[in-house]
Amino acid sequence: MMFIDPHAHMISRVTDDYEAMAKAGVVAVIEPAFWLGQPRTHVATYMDYLSSIIGFERFRAGQFGIRHYCTIGLNSKEANNEELAEAVMEILPQFALKEGVVAIGEIGYDEQTELEDKYFRAQLELAKELDLPVMIHTPHRDKKRGTSRSMDVCIEHGMDPSKIIVDHNNEETVREVLDRGFWAAFSIYPSTKMGNSRMVDILAEYGAERIMVDSACDWGISEPLGVAKTAALALERGIPEEHVRLVCYQNALDAYGQSGQMKEGDWLNPPPVDQRGLYEGNSVLRGGREPVIEDNTDKHTLNKLIIE
Amino acid sequence: MNTTTATGFLDTLLKERLPADQYNWLQERLALLNNEDSLRDIHITFGLIPRRLGRQDLAATSEENATAGTLATGWKLSGWSIDMTARVLLLCSIAQQTNRDFGQLFKSMCQTADLGETISLYRGTALYPQSDVLDKQIGEGLRTNMRAVFEAIAHNNPYPANHFSELRWNHMVLKALFVDSTLYPIQGLDERANPELARILCDYAHERWSANRPVTPELWRCVGPFAKDDMIDDLRKALESDDPLEQQGAVLALSTCPDPRAEQYLENYPQQLLAVANGELSWDSIDRQINQLA
Repeated sequence: MMFIDPHAHMISRVTDDYEAMAKAGVVAVIEPAFWLGQPRTHVATYMDYLSSIIGFERFRAGQFGIRHYCTIGLNSKEANNEELAEAVMEILPQFALKEGVVAIGEIGYDEQTELEDKYFRAQLELAKELDLPVMIHTPHRDKKRGTSRSMDVCIEHGMDPSKIIVDHNNEETVREVLDRGFWAAFSIYPSTKMGNSRMVDILAEYGAERIMVDSACDWGISEPLGVAKTAALALERGIPEEHVRLVCYQNALDAYGQSGQMKEGDWLNPPPVDQRGLYEGNSVLRGGREPVIEDNTDKHTLNKLIIE
Repeated sequence: MNTTTATGFLDTLLKERLPADQYNWLQERLALLNNEDSLRDIHITFGLIPRRLGRQDLAATSEENATAGTLATGWKLSGWSIDMTARVLLLCSIAQQTNRDFGQLFKSMCQTADLGETISLYRGTALYPQSDVLDKQIGEGLRTNMRAVFEAIAHNNPYPANHFSELRWNHMVLKALFVDSTLYPIQGLDERANPELARILCDYAHERWSANRPVTPELWRCVGPFAKDDMIDDLRKALESDDPLEQQGAVLALSTCPDPRAEQYLENYPQQLLAVANGELSWDSIDRQINQLA
């Protein structure tokens, strides 16, 4: 089965993760622009970060047969540094139309401050102007109210819910998000967000329409196989295969494909220009052909001593 | 070189391939270059090109490649795509039609470019007005970790042979080997060969042998004309290799080597020498075999 992980901060991950993801069937990832675990203090470092996620990270993923897309935006945490935020807003339009940018995001609220609100709204307007989908980061604290408020603001700005993906949902937020016509994404992230067992219960209750699963893997303790493991668990627990395909692949493609920057052909039938060094092709898609990736079970134990 | 003609040539390549509406869109965008707000228009046009024109291969004919070669010796269109051609045309048009500081514009475009844009920017370097800023930025580009970006500068591009210092040239050749690229598409390889590069490459071959890693036969091409002393022994080692490609590379290199020992070693390889003489064995034939293996 092919998977898309529509929320993964691959810039923080090592090549082992790419190998494991490719082996598990992940054909594409979306890397939302976010913070780096500590705040940036200069707009120039922000620019270099955005350049990395449209450039080197895309290339790095391609070496493992994974197509890499990204979202561009000013995150809610760094929106609180007004000087930085103003400067970032100035440069965002230069990056938002680059190849493989599938949305403005992840944007929204963290502490729900006035500055967060100001830049969230400004970026919704940018998304409207550029006709791009939006990825919303819902806050960890005061999540339920923060989620409702995010959607209220989107409606207030005349946004079409079918172009907005509300991420990091849980049992408490999902109903309202779906009822209001938005896409509901769930991050399978240990301890702080969703677990995949709970996720399977949600799939059993809500079905697969407008729901998608991601890993949100980043620099913290997280799981790059979040999507693949959820799919396996869901199948094991009797969720229909078509539902699994929708939430672990198709819905992400449909939602972010609205950008015009993400097509199934990108990985099933890549243009020759990309095959010259930018995209190596996915071993999973090569059918019976022996995967390039070796069995790495022992890689990080002392059982395998030889490094070549 | 006549850049006026290069610009016209790029335009013709596109005109012959694009449907009228797409070609007209490009012409309309190029006409905006002298507007008041032209910098914004440049960025938008540059970004929109693949969305409007697609990313198909240019698939240049041999006649077209020959024309490219007459406009800039060593310029070949292999690996060029439609969007790349249109982007280079945009840059050439900016250089021709506006008073902008081209080097600065090029640098700033490189700093915010995505992968496809980066490759396009560097592919056209031989066709742009030359400047120190441009040259420094090309040095930056060469430091990339992405092979496709490296090859946009190093392969089928006359810029390096015409402008690189010996130090930068030598590092480019060595880096091509490090990033698993090939030497054959580097233009001016024989003309720019030098004793220092020959020494660097022999040291590199020793490193590879010590690590039990293969040595590409192409490497000996830059060694042959300057090989002496221990370097002749290195060529002999390659000559006696079990790998036919390595042996072929050594035969070719030794046949360009002025040292009398070279001739002596080659005496045992009359058939291969015949193949060199009649053109069956050449760096071109080695390149084709490497590509088949890849």
